[in-house]
Amino acid sequence: MMRSSSAGRAAYRLFIYAFLIFLAVLSLFPFVIMFINATRSTFEIQQSGISLIPSSYLASNYAILTGKTFDPLKGFYNSVIISTGATVLAVYFSTLTAYALFAYSWKLRQAFFTVILAVMMIPAQVTSIGFYQFMYRIGMTNNHLALILPAIASPATVFFMRQYMMASLQLELVDSARIDGSGELSTFNRIVLPVMKPAMATQAIFIFVASWNNLFLPLILLTDNDKYTLPIMVSLLRGDIYRTEYGAVYLGLALTVLPLFVIYFLLSKYIIAGVALGAVKG
Amino acid sequence: MKRKRRLSYAKYGYIFSIPFVAAFLIFSLYPTLYTAFIGFTDLKGLLKTSMNILEDPFQNFRLILNNASFRLSLVNTLKIWLMNFIPQILLALLLTAWITSSRNKIRGKGFFKVVFYLPNIITAATIAILFNVLFGYPMGPINDILVKTGALAQPYYYLSDKTASQLIIAFIQFWMWYGYTMIILVSGVLGINPEIFEAAEIDGANDWQTFFLITLPNLRTILLFVLITSMIGGLNMFDIPKLFNLGQPGNATLTTSLFIYNQAFSGSYLYNRAAAASMIVFAIIVIFSIAIFLLMRDKGAAQEKREARQLARQIKRGEYLGKGAGK
Repeated sequence: MMRSSSAGRAAYRLFIYAFLIFLAVLSLFPFVIMFINATRSTFEIQQSGISLIPSSYLASNYAILTGKTFDPLKGFYNSVIISTGATVLAVYFSTLTAYALFAYSWKLRQAFFTVILAVMMIPAQVTSIGFYQFMYRIGMTNNHLALILPAIASPATVFFMRQYMMASLQLELVDSARIDGSGELSTFNRIVLPVMKPAMATQAIFIFVASWNNLFLPLILLTDNDKYTLPIMVSLLRGDIYRTEYGAVYLGLALTVLPLFVIYFLLSKYIIAGVALGAVKG
Repeated sequence: MKRKRRLSYAKYGYIFSIPFVAAFLIFSLYPTLYTAFIGFTDLKGLLKTSMNILEDPFQNFRLILNNASFRLSLVNTLKIWLMNFIPQILLALLLTAWITSSRNKIRGKGFFKVVFYLPNIITAATIAILFNVLFGYPMGPINDILVKTGALAQPYYYLSDKTASQLIIAFIQFWMWYGYTMIILVSGVLGINPEIFEAAEIDGANDWQTFFLITLPNLRTILLFVLITSMIGGLNMFDIPKLFNLGQPGNATLTTSLFIYNQAFSGSYLYNRAAAASMIVFAIIVIFSIAIFLLMRDKGAAQEKREARQLARQIKRGEYLGKGAGK
């Protein structure tokens, strides 16, 4: 009796592992094909779409890819500027706003927090027409600042920072800095920010990746090739000029995935922990 | 004395909120109101900025609501979202039950979480085009595999098939998001008081009884969060339908966001219609969110208290993870 039930349990566990491994393969497989096909010629890919052995056409694919409108270095540069700017602003000002909500008692504090909760869920697409028209009128289309400055108001990050502050920032620290004659902003920069570092790092990763992957707003705001971000560059691969150049298309896709893979595998522990923490948003 | 000091500090609450409030007013609130306003005007045509309120202010809204493409896009969006969300939440729940069960003793949980979550951080635009070439005709990798293994007699032209295109987009969404949902649910389970599980085990509950009678009811708030955020994301789906198959074939993958984009930024640049459509979609999102919230809300403050405790515990654990990378 005991034996049969433990054998049943073992078979059940085996089934679970088989299923988990199947899903893991499913997650990785498209990227494996992509990386391998990036090294194969269009002719080879048309002969057989799938191969487990890399070929030797990486350089020629790169020449075809960059010979047209796709400029990975420029896209990379623009994306780095926008994502870094947005991340720095979002993290710093969200922490500052959270500190205003946490450390001071002021009349509109509760009302302000309620507003932040209410607007947390408003998606960007809903405001995009007005945003575009507004930016167009003040001459900010084709200006990266239009994609960076809005990050100063990141309600979800403020919410997260406030939760973290409640759990880990002791106001005695702030009080003793005051007694030492430290100004309020300098107390925030010198005393509060170091305490908030783990939360800031977690949020920075997510804000950076979200900004890096954003297609909708850059697509409507940026019309000048020189300003294109990486996702806009990627969208060019869908165009007619690359229609028959499969090797180059795979390579273009691979180039945009590569930096994300590196970031992800270096920081996956923090990213997964950060996702799990996201559950507290609810 | 003390009171005076507190009062003098209160002003910093306002001062430190100024950057947020200013950015919010300029980049979020004003554009939202402006979008709503444009919906009542005659603003259309590239590079045009002058506009007048229409004689019949609701004309754009009426035209949009009667527009066959818009209606189709709403149906498509809901359909694709449901085809993605239902399998996604079921699989995430199943994986959560397996991974968190103390009897299964699954090893490599960390590895599986990392791999399952991977597609989520990759640029959606890239993934859309990757799947477009993977499902290429006649010799895309998927056709290649299916023909070589004998599953298909000849290559299939997926991109010209309405149902196939919708299913593939739903699959991409599912594939990108089930890992995220699973991690959130697992973290929710870990936040439940372990004594409850111990008590259930002592009482002789099996895995499935424990899952349905203890785990699920305790995950209610987190399921609500997952449902609402997924719905908002689903109703704003843009990158994947735009780049996977350009809304084709026959508008089968035209979503509301893609419809709005096409109205405003292609053809005759109908900013006013696009703005009206945005507001209608916004209203739908608000109505759905409130409905879901009211349907699933737990009565009483007991639940809230439990959440607060759970929250504090999770934040502590996160801090621990953040600092001591060792574990």
